[in-house]
Amino acid sequence: MSAAEPIDAIRAAALRSDRFRLEREADWQRLEHIVTQMEKGRLRRISDEDLLALPGLYRTVASSLSIARETSLDAATLAYLEALVKRAWFVVYGPRSSLGAWLRGFLGGGWSRAVRAIGFDILVALAVMVAGTVVGWLLVASDTEWFYTLVPTQFADARVPGASAEALRGTLFGQSERGGLSVFAAYLFSNNAQVSILAFALGFAFGLPSLLLLVKNMAVLGAMLWLYHGAGLTLDFAAWIAVHGTTELFAILLAGGAGLHIGRSMAFPGARPVLQAAAEAGRRAALVMTGVVLMLVVAAVLEGYARQLVDNTGGRLAIGGTMLALWIAYFLAVGRRRDEVRA
Amino acid sequence: MSTAAITSHGAHAHEHARARVLVTPEGVSLPFVIASRSSRAGALILDLVIILVLMVATTVALVSIAGGTAAIARSVTESGGAAQVFEFLIVAWIVAMFLFRNAYFLFFELGPRGATPGKRIAGIRIAARDGGRLSAEMVIARNLLRDIELFLPLVFLASAGAESGPAWIAATAWILVFPLFPLFNRDRLRAGDIVAGTWVVEAPRHKLEAAMTVLPQAGKQTEAGRGYRFTDAELAVYGEYELQTLERVLRQHRADAIVPIHEAIANKIGRQDGTGDERAFLEAYYTQLRARLESGMRMGRRKADKFAEEP
Repeated sequence: MSAAEPIDAIRAAALRSDRFRLEREADWQRLEHIVTQMEKGRLRRISDEDLLALPGLYRTVASSLSIARETSLDAATLAYLEALVKRAWFVVYGPRSSLGAWLRGFLGGGWSRAVRAIGFDILVALAVMVAGTVVGWLLVASDTEWFYTLVPTQFADARVPGASAEALRGTLFGQSERGGLSVFAAYLFSNNAQVSILAFALGFAFGLPSLLLLVKNMAVLGAMLWLYHGAGLTLDFAAWIAVHGTTELFAILLAGGAGLHIGRSMAFPGARPVLQAAAEAGRRAALVMTGVVLMLVVAAVLEGYARQLVDNTGGRLAIGGTMLALWIAYFLAVGRRRDEVRA
Repeated sequence: MSTAAITSHGAHAHEHARARVLVTPEGVSLPFVIASRSSRAGALILDLVIILVLMVATTVALVSIAGGTAAIARSVTESGGAAQVFEFLIVAWIVAMFLFRNAYFLFFELGPRGATPGKRIAGIRIAARDGGRLSAEMVIARNLLRDIELFLPLVFLASAGAESGPAWIAATAWILVFPLFPLFNRDRLRAGDIVAGTWVVEAPRHKLEAAMTVLPQAGKQTEAGRGYRFTDAELAVYGEYELQTLERVLRQHRADAIVPIHEAIANKIGRQDGTGDERAFLEAYYTQLRARLESGMRMGRRKADKFAEEP
């Protein structure tokens, strides 16, 4: 195409609106090219000049659209401009940060701030979990038949009411030679992550199913605790659980709290519209949930490896206690400064 | 914050129950069309099929690797290395299944297109409902809920057994509430959209068509078209809607449509000429009608269609 051709075309156009369009379409096509490359994720193929020009081009084309709407009746051109401005708008106002940058912001304060923001819901979930454990204990203590109702059969191998203290001790210690630890860890992670996503997502039904799920899971723990207590193994069992449990139960606590947070803000939106309240709570809870999945990875590694390899109560308690202290310190301390700026 | 307002463009009002207008920070109002339920269902089915294919392909690949390892281990010696390879393969499989199930939607919707492959094929994408930036948290929130919306009834049935009546009732109730949620609200939001503050809109793409008055091969036709002059009264018959319908016909180059339209217009304005030269006649009429309507626009006078009063 020779340089003279477009100018001739502009002269040849009979209508003022077509001349307007022919004068500007080079800009439009340049923007379209940049946007198409960005949509394909080929950022490296875009030259520096083009990237710098993008915001300006976007505004130019947006103003072309405004003018065309008032002066042109060319439906195809209007449709093209509308679609182009929309696509450019999505690129210019799309997700800005890369995944790496987002993760840095997330770990460097975004997550802990979100956890602090739903502190009340986490306390409620904690109370519910403690209540669930107590209920499990009391039910089994009053009638051992409850044990078989509460505890899924996959756990109840040697661990049934009436089992000898020796048999129960065998389930806690002396499994360090077992192979396949990484498979076990991966399975635990996948399973627990799915359960906590469920606990979170059920919050949508005003949080009640989340709480029921917490009660049900903790009742199993209560029943087990009663069983080992009867054999005089309370501390050993607590240590066995604590290795990964301080991380895993913490994660489930956060998931339940996040679900409850959504449910609560939908049931009691206050002065905001329900949809807005739900969306604000949902975004906050999504941050918490991303962290929950990370915590469950840590918990699965601890459960799969550390618990099997550290075969004594003191060591297990030390690991579990350290993890708990680390998590609490992280949630309470990280990202504090920006809290104050915002407040 | 739902700033959406229903707009109506006169003649096209039927398709605008789904139209929403969003004002960009530059002050340009952008019309969006909420994605139809059928295109969303189609996109979802496509995505689920893709996920299933990926899962099956991964499983087959890992199993065949495991088979190969077993064969090598047998042929060499009974070594402990093979067991570790198996263990690694099983871990890889569990992690891959978890990622396919949970990360597929996240990965694609966080990308610059804001759409999974299924959504792209259906021509739709997600966007923030308040017109702001689509953030990672929104995408995470809307996809965490997808799991329960779709798969929880299956879990009910699997755990209670297919013969269990209450499980079927619970699953049915669930399906009525969650997967069908978009049927019961104006913006076609599913539960995940509500919690995330997102919605799903159509993402059309248009090519830039040639300018009507300088169509490349129309050089001589335009010359010929200049031969047809229409009086102001002949042009005053039609409005913008008819002009744009005529534009569509002329752009499509369909000879069979041109003749009847020439006849209809010639009858309406009372002209007998142009037969045998319909295209040039219509192009000339289009150009002059558009010039007339556009000069009216510049004066602030618009005529929506042939029924509108001349202002």
